[in-house]
Amino acid sequence: MEYGIFTVGDVTTDPTTGRTPSEHERIKATVRIALKAEEIGLDVFATGEHHNPPFAAPANPPVLLAHLAAKTERIKLSTSTTLITTNDPVRIAQDYAYLQHLADGRMDLMLGRGNTGPVYPWFGKDIREGIPLAIENYALLHRLWREEDVDWQGKFRTPLQGFTSTPRPLDGTPPFVWHGSIRSPEIAEQAAYYGDGFFSNHIFWPAEHTARMIALYRARFEHYGHGKAEDAIVGLGGQVYLARTSQDAVREFRPYFDNAPVYGHGPSLEDFMAQTPLTVGSPQQAVERTLGFRAYAGSYARQLFLVDHAGLPLDAVLRQLDLLGEVVEELRKHDAAELVEPAETTSAAGTTERSTA
Amino acid sequence: MTATIAVVTAGLSDPSSTRLLADQLGKAAVEALGQRGVDATLEVVELRPLAHALTDQLLTGFATGDLAAAEETLARADAVIAVTPVFSASYSGLFKTFFDVLEPGALDGTPVLVAATAGTARHSLVLEHALRPLFSHLHAVVVPTGVFAASEDWGGAAGTSQSAPASGLARRVTRAAGELAALVAERPRGARPDQFDRDLAAMGDFEELLKG
Repeated sequence: MEYGIFTVGDVTTDPTTGRTPSEHERIKATVRIALKAEEIGLDVFATGEHHNPPFAAPANPPVLLAHLAAKTERIKLSTSTTLITTNDPVRIAQDYAYLQHLADGRMDLMLGRGNTGPVYPWFGKDIREGIPLAIENYALLHRLWREEDVDWQGKFRTPLQGFTSTPRPLDGTPPFVWHGSIRSPEIAEQAAYYGDGFFSNHIFWPAEHTARMIALYRARFEHYGHGKAEDAIVGLGGQVYLARTSQDAVREFRPYFDNAPVYGHGPSLEDFMAQTPLTVGSPQQAVERTLGFRAYAGSYARQLFLVDHAGLPLDAVLRQLDLLGEVVEELRKHDAAELVEPAETTSAAGTTERSTA
Repeated sequence: MTATIAVVTAGLSDPSSTRLLADQLGKAAVEALGQRGVDATLEVVELRPLAHALTDQLLTGFATGDLAAAEETLARADAVIAVTPVFSASYSGLFKTFFDVLEPGALDGTPVLVAATAGTARHSLVLEHALRPLFSHLHAVVVPTGVFAASEDWGGAAGTSQSAPASGLARRVTRAAGELAALVAERPRGARPDQFDRDLAAMGDFEELLKG
């Protein structure tokens, strides 16, 4: 089980001060946040890809991730998400393979389609073809990392003849790929078909949606012969704001929630917490809530939290990460206990080893 | 045979003439279905208490609580009776919002009876220029007779007794309910797939998708 954070790099006015960070400040803050994530022992840092304001996420995530690879030692670098629709799959193959070498393999990536209509035409694409683009582009990307001599023809890009994508993946092992989607069963099916990971960023959605998508992915993963449904590789999003007491957390976060870009000026903080995985409270509450995700997602492989959005200033985000470190430490204890328990049960039932030892 | 009729009413006051018209239409539809041997149940969806939840859904993209239940009621219904007050020469914003946030396809093929209330009969064409196109867009089957009630209509005789002749409004209610009942009786519907199931069914084989 991996724990980490993911960012969309939004440049949002702090509603409590009216101050908007510059792009430069936001970009440097993102680097600081990633370094802090390593300091507190998180497993993953993932960045979004954006091409339009109000975002200062990289247009090509390997630019940021290569920088982070040089400044970190252990943390895995990933994306949330890499746009498989509007990027040329050849460039994805090459840029991420290069990143893989720089990071000594300490990376993976999550593919998404992007939900902002205007972005597609900037790259000569059409949002109505989002699914066909994702399917065709990934089919090519998948081959480029596995075959040295690629003949290819599709609907959306120039044909290739005898093409070799360089550099080749590190040690001949293609980067691990997650496919992210909230609602499209085609993407769950795609992840299952290839035996890749499936990531459900369910932070803005009720659990029922998430549960059905994950159940579909797990069933299809087994159908395509990649292993048992329960061993399918599921990742989940999460959103927390932490303070020592739940009262402090709610008081501090409410102005950010009420004005947040996605759900601001809508439901109350309390309603949204009840309806979605958002947790605003003490570290212990975040631990319990996160453990609760397993009730509908099964046991899963990666949990990413969103902590740096809606105009929260950098110092507040860094304090969040200190508390998140405690949450993750506690979650890891639960994970370790879960791994041990079934084994002990088997052992106790099968032999008298434990009583005689 | 049984049937469920969802009655959507967007009146804001209590008592509301919109609700009154909705109740008359509902009752008439149950009677008309009864004559065809269909045991019909009404499920009334009052939009006023859902107003906040509707705004939330516009902003968040998902329905919660009673609103989610109301949307589910419509998606499962064998027929819908939709009644709105006329605001500024059209359906009310609250009424429109409810149909804006319904899951696409929720009313595919559903028989719908449209009705509206207003202070003056000069708005009666709202049924034809606003409500009928809305439900056509939603792929519902709108019955030929729409029912419009202006303030003066409520003074007419109900026509429930043999001695008093039915008013124009009561006749229209009976005729529209009869048309709705005929559509429901002709079109028994099975379980309706939701968006996820429809997407899944439409997806087909992944190998086919890969061929582009």
